[in-house]
Amino acid sequence: MLAFLVRRLLTLALTAWLATLVVFAVLEAIPGDPALVMLGTSAQPEAVAALRAQMGLDRPWPVRYAGWVGGMLHGDFGTSLTYARPVAGLVADRLAITLPLAGLALLLSAGIAIPLGLFAAGRQGRAGDWAVMAFGQMGIAVPGFWFAILLILLFSVRLGWFSAGGFPGWEAGAGPALKALLLPAVALALPEAAILARITRTAALDTLREEYVRTAVAKGLPRRVVLRRHVLPNALIPVATILGLQFSFLVAGAVVVENVFTLPGLGRLLYQAIGQHDLIVVQSVVVLLAVTVVAVNALVDIACAAIDPRPRVQA
Amino acid sequence: MPNRQRRAALAITMGAVLGLAGALAAGPVLAQAALRTDLVVGMRLEPPHLDPTAGAAAAIDEVTYANLFEPLTRIDAEGKVVPGLAEKWEVSADGLTYTFHLRKGAKFHDGTDADSADVKFSLDRARGAESVNAQKGYFAAIAGVEAPDARTVVVTLSRPDGLFLFHMASGDAAIVAPESAGANKQTPVGTGPFKFERWVAGDRVVLVRNPDYDGAKPALERVTFRFISDPAAQVAALKAGDIDSFPQFDTYEALPQFRDDGAFTVMVGTTEGETILGTNNARKPFDDLRVRRAMAHAIDRKTLIDGVLFGNGAAIGSHFPPHRAGYVDLTGLYPYDPDKTKALLAEAGLPDGFETTLRLPPPIYARRSGELIAAMLAEVGIRVKVEPMEWAPWLEQVFKGKDYDLTLIAHTEPLDIDIYGRPDYYFNYRSERFNAVGAELDRTQDSAKRNALYGEQQRILAEDAVNGFLFMLPSATVQKSAVQGMWVNRPIQANDVTGVRWK
Repeated sequence: MLAFLVRRLLTLALTAWLATLVVFAVLEAIPGDPALVMLGTSAQPEAVAALRAQMGLDRPWPVRYAGWVGGMLHGDFGTSLTYARPVAGLVADRLAITLPLAGLALLLSAGIAIPLGLFAAGRQGRAGDWAVMAFGQMGIAVPGFWFAILLILLFSVRLGWFSAGGFPGWEAGAGPALKALLLPAVALALPEAAILARITRTAALDTLREEYVRTAVAKGLPRRVVLRRHVLPNALIPVATILGLQFSFLVAGAVVVENVFTLPGLGRLLYQAIGQHDLIVVQSVVVLLAVTVVAVNALVDIACAAIDPRPRVQA
Repeated sequence: MPNRQRRAALAITMGAVLGLAGALAAGPVLAQAALRTDLVVGMRLEPPHLDPTAGAAAAIDEVTYANLFEPLTRIDAEGKVVPGLAEKWEVSADGLTYTFHLRKGAKFHDGTDADSADVKFSLDRARGAESVNAQKGYFAAIAGVEAPDARTVVVTLSRPDGLFLFHMASGDAAIVAPESAGANKQTPVGTGPFKFERWVAGDRVVLVRNPDYDGAKPALERVTFRFISDPAAQVAALKAGDIDSFPQFDTYEALPQFRDDGAFTVMVGTTEGETILGTNNARKPFDDLRVRRAMAHAIDRKTLIDGVLFGNGAAIGSHFPPHRAGYVDLTGLYPYDPDKTKALLAEAGLPDGFETTLRLPPPIYARRSGELIAAMLAEVGIRVKVEPMEWAPWLEQVFKGKDYDLTLIAHTEPLDIDIYGRPDYYFNYRSERFNAVGAELDRTQDSAKRNALYGEQQRILAEDAVNGFLFMLPSATVQKSAVQGMWVNRPIQANDVTGVRWK
């Protein structure tokens, strides 16, 4: 188990380093000058030059790369070029929205999908199964942003139950804050739940064909108990893997959903920073996301290894 | 699985569907509007920071101008120069000395006096070597700033500048204090009737009434600026009642649904945004005047305004807004006439037209206009490759690098016809005649004479067909009907809420 963990950590470090290289190279290659973006079309060349110097952009790229990566190793993510605030603080503020949002969406998606998938597997080929499959097909087909707009039209514009977006801030209390996150989380969760429900159904069906299930049924256990005690734990391995992968999709989906709901989360920060050519913010957020995705996948692997000892032994 | 359960599931599904349909059919829930003293203003873009003296983003002024920061002079709703931090001023006969008298009792929000030393600091900072002011050119004529006493500032110019008072009224010339200037980006400290309360990054900026303001106090106690970039989300936020007023609303296709709704008022006014088909006058074949005139005849402005702005916007024939004194109507100079275009192209040795590239920045008006113009030019044999770009590369390559054939952009600074006299500007245009009139303008204070000179400049640009002159961007405001006092027109990019009240 220890060797397994060490290998995982090394992969993590290597991926993070590669991510810094790629994101830095890409941002160097695409044209655009943050100082020019800041000062606009009337700016005089000397004012742009003064701002470039203030931003530290007049230094050669190896110096800037080393400064950036070196800073990150010390926990210093640099200062945003546009907001003139430390990136760490900016990101922390935004994570306080995106993480609860993604977490809520993950809970909703698992909470909807696993029971639905088991339900469908238990009724393979019958009406309940068809209904779940149809829901799954629709959830995969409907784009998240469109579903988000429908939710706003119904619950905000027609019914007036929720604001049509925005975030009151956690200082307004957990109630209003969670309320502001609920619709976006539903919009984010639905497409994921659709995929997950299908995966759960397939996994459960596979497990249902196992001999130990037949034995359990033969023993005369009620169907519900068989599903819960024998099918569910074994079907969970592929489900957990997909759930881990889905975390990355949730973060990507958050970029779109946060824009539709005007939530000031990490996705919206990234979106705005790309528009403003705020290189430091884009670099740091992309690396942070890459590390998070790799770390979550590592956690999933470890979790699977805990559920099922085979990968651990074979690897 | 018993049938009973299946039927129950079906019933629940049906119920949900019916409930959804019923909810969609029901009318919107309207909040009862009592006489309120707070206002929620919608904005498309969030400001990157809140220091108007260190950035070009219009969103900075749209939050802070006149509300939080005050320059020496100010622009009012009609576009006139009115007193700001200076209650009055005198200009010497030669136009080289401006004496400003500051308001007595003016204070910064941190409680310190706003006096002549602060003005001297602000102007010297804007024109200094380290300046990162986006409009540093506004301060270029200043030779010296003196503060003979706490309430008097004397500014000496090295050359006459007919627009000096106008430029000193811009947000870029806001008066700041040396103690707080460095932190204005995050916690702005000004002298205006509202002061900064908080900024929920990515969502809103909140200003509250400044109880110590020395002038007339505004009716509003609290103003929240909320940032909503997605057009569908803007409409939803208005319909849901989250936003009280949305100025600079550019989802023009949504205006009819608000016009038809009694709870909302729609106002369409003017801006200073001349929208042009930017043309690289140094590149072949655009260095040939006949080609530029040929293109002017090929563009149908009526179709363009209907297609892009849904009819909301005025056609222009030169680089000057129709609502300003001094405007000359030159829209008839090159009437839409594709046959004329073909004749002029043949005369220029291009009977079969030519190929060119149109590089478009992100705003929706630019993307839509670009597609329509490409289609219009295709009619006369000019094959246009449309190339959409992001802001940063557009600024770097087109605007700064002048690496383009055609582009499309609105020039939103007020009274900016002088850009055609700038050497090295991205049009690559140079006219001694135009520059001579420009020099005359700088020497002239008399407004009638100035207007005549502006007319002359407009004619020169139209005759030279420097760019394709298309239309003025409109300023649409959608708001709850009980909101009064929002600006209808946008003589500068600002949301001055000092005169706003609920009825």
